[in-house]
Amino acid sequence: MRVKIAGVAVAAALALAVSGCGSDDKKDDGAQGSEPGLVIWADDKRAPVLESFRSQFESELGVTIKVEAVSKDLQANFVTASQGDNAPDVVIGAHDWIGNLVQNGAIDPVQLTDAQKAGFNPDALKAVTYNGQVYGAPYAVENLALIRNTDLAPEAPSSIEDMVADAEKLKKDGKTEELLSLQVGDNGDAYHAYPLYASAGGYLFGQKDNGDYDPADLGVGKPESIEAFEKISELGKKGVLKTSIGSENSIPLFTEGKTAYLVSGPWAVGDIKKAGVNYDITPIPGFEGMGKATPFLGVQSFFVASKGKHKTVAQEFVANYVTGEPLATALYNADPRPPALTASFDKVKATDPDLAKFAEAGAGAPPLPAIPEMSAIWDPFGKAESAIVGGADVTETVEGAATTIGDAIKK
Amino acid sequence: MDAVQTASRQRSKQGYAGSGLTGLVVRITLLGVVAALAVWAVLPLIGARSWIGVGVVAAATALLFWIYLSPNRRLPLKYLIPGTLLLIAFQIVPVLYTLSTSVTNFGDGHRGDKDEAIVSIETASITQVPGSPEYDLAIAADGEDALVFILSDPASGKYWAGNAEGLRDLAPTDVQKGLSGKITEAEGYTILTAAEAAERSQEITDLAVPVDGGGIRANGLSRAFQGTSARAYDEGCDCVRDAVTGQVWTADPGHGYFTDAAGESLPQGWQVSVGADNFTRVITDDKVRGPFLSVLWWNFAFAIISVLVTFVLGLLCAIALHKERLRFKALYRTLMVLPYAMPAFAMLLIWRDMFNQDFGLINTMFGLDVGWFSNPWTARFAVILVQLWLGFPYMFLVSTGALQSIPTETLEAAKIDGATGFQAFRRVTLPLLLVSLTPLLIMSFAFNFNNFNAIQLTTGGGPFEAGNSTVGGTDLLITYTYRLAFGGQGAEYGFAASVSVFIFLIVATVSAIGFRVTRNQEEVYR
Repeated sequence: MRVKIAGVAVAAALALAVSGCGSDDKKDDGAQGSEPGLVIWADDKRAPVLESFRSQFESELGVTIKVEAVSKDLQANFVTASQGDNAPDVVIGAHDWIGNLVQNGAIDPVQLTDAQKAGFNPDALKAVTYNGQVYGAPYAVENLALIRNTDLAPEAPSSIEDMVADAEKLKKDGKTEELLSLQVGDNGDAYHAYPLYASAGGYLFGQKDNGDYDPADLGVGKPESIEAFEKISELGKKGVLKTSIGSENSIPLFTEGKTAYLVSGPWAVGDIKKAGVNYDITPIPGFEGMGKATPFLGVQSFFVASKGKHKTVAQEFVANYVTGEPLATALYNADPRPPALTASFDKVKATDPDLAKFAEAGAGAPPLPAIPEMSAIWDPFGKAESAIVGGADVTETVEGAATTIGDAIKK
Repeated sequence: MDAVQTASRQRSKQGYAGSGLTGLVVRITLLGVVAALAVWAVLPLIGARSWIGVGVVAAATALLFWIYLSPNRRLPLKYLIPGTLLLIAFQIVPVLYTLSTSVTNFGDGHRGDKDEAIVSIETASITQVPGSPEYDLAIAADGEDALVFILSDPASGKYWAGNAEGLRDLAPTDVQKGLSGKITEAEGYTILTAAEAAERSQEITDLAVPVDGGGIRANGLSRAFQGTSARAYDEGCDCVRDAVTGQVWTADPGHGYFTDAAGESLPQGWQVSVGADNFTRVITDDKVRGPFLSVLWWNFAFAIISVLVTFVLGLLCAIALHKERLRFKALYRTLMVLPYAMPAFAMLLIWRDMFNQDFGLINTMFGLDVGWFSNPWTARFAVILVQLWLGFPYMFLVSTGALQSIPTETLEAAKIDGATGFQAFRRVTLPLLLVSLTPLLIMSFAFNFNNFNAIQLTTGGGPFEAGNSTVGGTDLLITYTYRLAFGGQGAEYGFAASVSVFIFLIVATVSAIGFRVTRNQEEVYR
């Protein structure tokens, strides 16, 4: 009896198992036919844009395409997937990931013809060039600018001092509550602080002869950087920069009319238009008698994954398809960021005056360093900024940050 | 007595007989699921030729079948085995994996093995030969289904067929072009469609048609270029040599890098075992060891205070609502549990905004101008306050449950013996409560000791003193080490794992002591 039960159980269990893998096999077979010829990963903002072009891609490339949205930590997820068996074929991300993606063997260089290279904004092409190789096809360029409420401040300021004087007057008249909205936050924000730092003479990394950033020449902690932070400290004391203004409230402060000046990028324009604020975009002003307040240039690019299963299709897509004007313009129409392709930029410039203004604000902007050493800068630099805006001693803070960064880089 | 025993035996027999059929069906179904899972797990393992993995799965499946198909003799095992398997899968394996990671340099730049690093270095050094033509490409197969590149140079109007052996001229008459200029037919070859080519992607990537000064490689499906790989691995010297500059990088098996004479390394490294290096770094590196103690005391304070204040408030609320004749009791209880029902992740961010110095609700409402997160003590107060709000509903729930399980007779007896309300609480209720709640308090301590979100999402570990951006006023060990391990040049999983081992030891020690104390307590009050 017992043996019988056991026998029945084993038989039934095996039958179930077999039927289980039977259906598994079938699913595999079905999937073979419809297995995507190309898998694209993008963040949750860009994935829908690409998804809307999917059928067009498919008919023109002749393969099926799957667009997957990765809403969080796209870079880290991509690197992890590249180790395993699940790597996508194409990834869309910021050019400053390149250093890390290359050291992890996650992306391959993209071979562009000279004619294709000539079609790009040279700064964008420079940004995706790493160790002499082009690692991505750039499609959009973005940088910070000064956005001002033209009802409150009709004139573009010529310098920071000029802007602060106007802002103080507006505040005294009760028209605004804050002088400037430039996000700092409790732990600082190196990206938004950089234009001021650069204007006052500071730099992050020196550049080698070939234009690459040189991790051996760290600018933080040099006398220039301390002088630059002295200027930032003054702005903190005057209340122009505040740690209470962070990423969560900097754009709302401007759209609610609580401040006349905002330092932000193309991503802020949508909210501003929705709020109906009259605005103008101009270059971020520098300190009086000092350098230009150049922001960092960020370039959104298409990357070819090293470990993808359909690398040739990915190369075809990135090197020969993304680089064409129609797609670049279409991507712009779906998500208005300044196109990196000159032909496309010129085409949409006529209908969108903001584009040229952002481009002007980004003239001469250095690309965000893509070397892996840059990730050692963000956190300590931001914290130093926040402490200094809060009134901490400048020399001590900057030297402390320099030690932390230096230690992290040497290791 | 005998009658009772017989009856109970009968009942158990009946119960067994009654559950016979359903039991059997359930058993067969569950074992079927186990077998199906095993087959599902084994197939990829066989594919990867991981015979140890196959052995483990087979042994575990056989064990399960043996236990559940054998007679009731092994009854205790039947109850123990699911828990044990889950314990192994979700506790012991992760701990072992963390331990094994902690002796490696696994992290950004050291993820794959040496071969992958070499492939990556060689691929990254492929450049187009200057002045070489740009080819139009069609991917084709010859009579034996071997891959062939049909190439054309639009500038000179010449055509070739290329495979691993080399180039062969094609007469222009042998090639048909479509309207878009794409090659659609070539005499003697079958042009592959994009989908067909996509399936042979790896083959296409591997094919380089040898020509003078490099190889012609596909760049996508419609173009090809003549490229050379400047850097190549040389097994003889275990080094990578750059053919253009003559630079040599020698493998450093201790660190998993190719390093040149000047000590500069190529970015692509590989994973190696570094022995106890990560642990020695925790103990000897001043940057790590120095702040360790100062972080440790606050970490203990945070965990203990969080548990205590949430417990006291939760218990008080539970006692207040324990009154028999209170009206709207259910309503109060629901309101009380609300914070527990909201996602902590979002609540932490909202609390962070409420503590904003200029725009936060707290300062605005009370007319204050406190920079909550800019002074270590106010920041510590603020995070504990947030913990209190988030944590007391849980304590309220468990206290209510424990209170309801204390028999009223005990308290009545105490009253008859002349105890005041407070005395009865202090001497009778609280000790009885603690017997059942202490394990939960210890668990809560262990959870709060590693409560990453509570700090990272509110203060981010801050405020940071001037000149010290590595350790902040509210940093816990976990947030501090997170910054150390992931804040530098990319992630260092090996190092992070070694710090996790230390944290694990601390929490394990504290919990072990706590449970020992509880056991003694139980014996006292039994």
